[in-house]
Amino acid sequence: MLDTLPFWLELTICFFIVLGACFALIGSIGLLRLPDFMTRLHAPTKNTTMGVGGVILGSLIYFGATTGFNIHELLIAIFLFLTAPISAHLLAKAGMHRQLKLTENTRDLRKKPEQFSDEQS
Amino acid sequence: MSKFLPAPRLSLFLLGFWLLIQNNITPGLIVVGSILAIAIPLFTSRGSDFHVRVARPWKAVEYCFVVLLDIVKSNFSIAAIILSPRRSIYPAWVEYPLAIEGELPITILASTISLTPGTISIEFSHDGRTLLIHSLNVKDAEAMIATIQHRYENRLKVIFQC
Repeated sequence: MLDTLPFWLELTICFFIVLGACFALIGSIGLLRLPDFMTRLHAPTKNTTMGVGGVILGSLIYFGATTGFNIHELLIAIFLFLTAPISAHLLAKAGMHRQLKLTENTRDLRKKPEQFSDEQS
Repeated sequence: MSKFLPAPRLSLFLLGFWLLIQNNITPGLIVVGSILAIAIPLFTSRGSDFHVRVARPWKAVEYCFVVLLDIVKSNFSIAAIILSPRRSIYPAWVEYPLAIEGELPITILASTISLTPGTISIEFSHDGRTLLIHSLNVKDAEAMIATIQHRYENRLKVIFQC
């Protein structure tokens, strides 16, 4: 229970929050800059997860030092790590079955594409 | 007993989770939490507990840390790809041959693939033996498959003994 935080603790909290904000920004820029739907999916699943993770870590340290340890933030992080791959998977799956246009240099290395087609064999 | 508690472990988990979210333990909260813990499985579960056997719990903890480390690493590599101006990337569809079996291990593997460097798992083949992966930037697909096998799949194999 501290009123004013020591400098090194403030520095650590700032570091994590700024790191998280940077990654969230990079993820958003990636969403804008990458060439097609599938590659765009890569940015939010990873960078935005990390961005929120950084902010949560900063908040966890801040509230841990001022008002006592609080597990809410940790639960948010766990939920995020559980749900990010699932939403990415559903979006990617929909994108594949809609046969969205991809950049020209995408290579198809599938040996048995019929295994993933819509027609049941 | 089994009629009202179709999934006892899920109920226990829900009660614990409820108390963690409330961040407080009072008799009232425990009563409300117990009602939820009994009611939610009644409406959601298909009447059976999820059958999972974790053979090596410590290996599972190790796996969590490996994945966490790789998530951080993957963030930096993706950030580099996004921020570097005009670097050409080589996206590819890759088939990943599965060696493990069982719903849960494959789900965990697919989620891990989605969270780690440059890969997203997309589809599960009809015969259930391959995963379709979209890779953001891959030059050598064989090497990528070998990395996934070495880092994740072999560990999952040990953890679940499947």
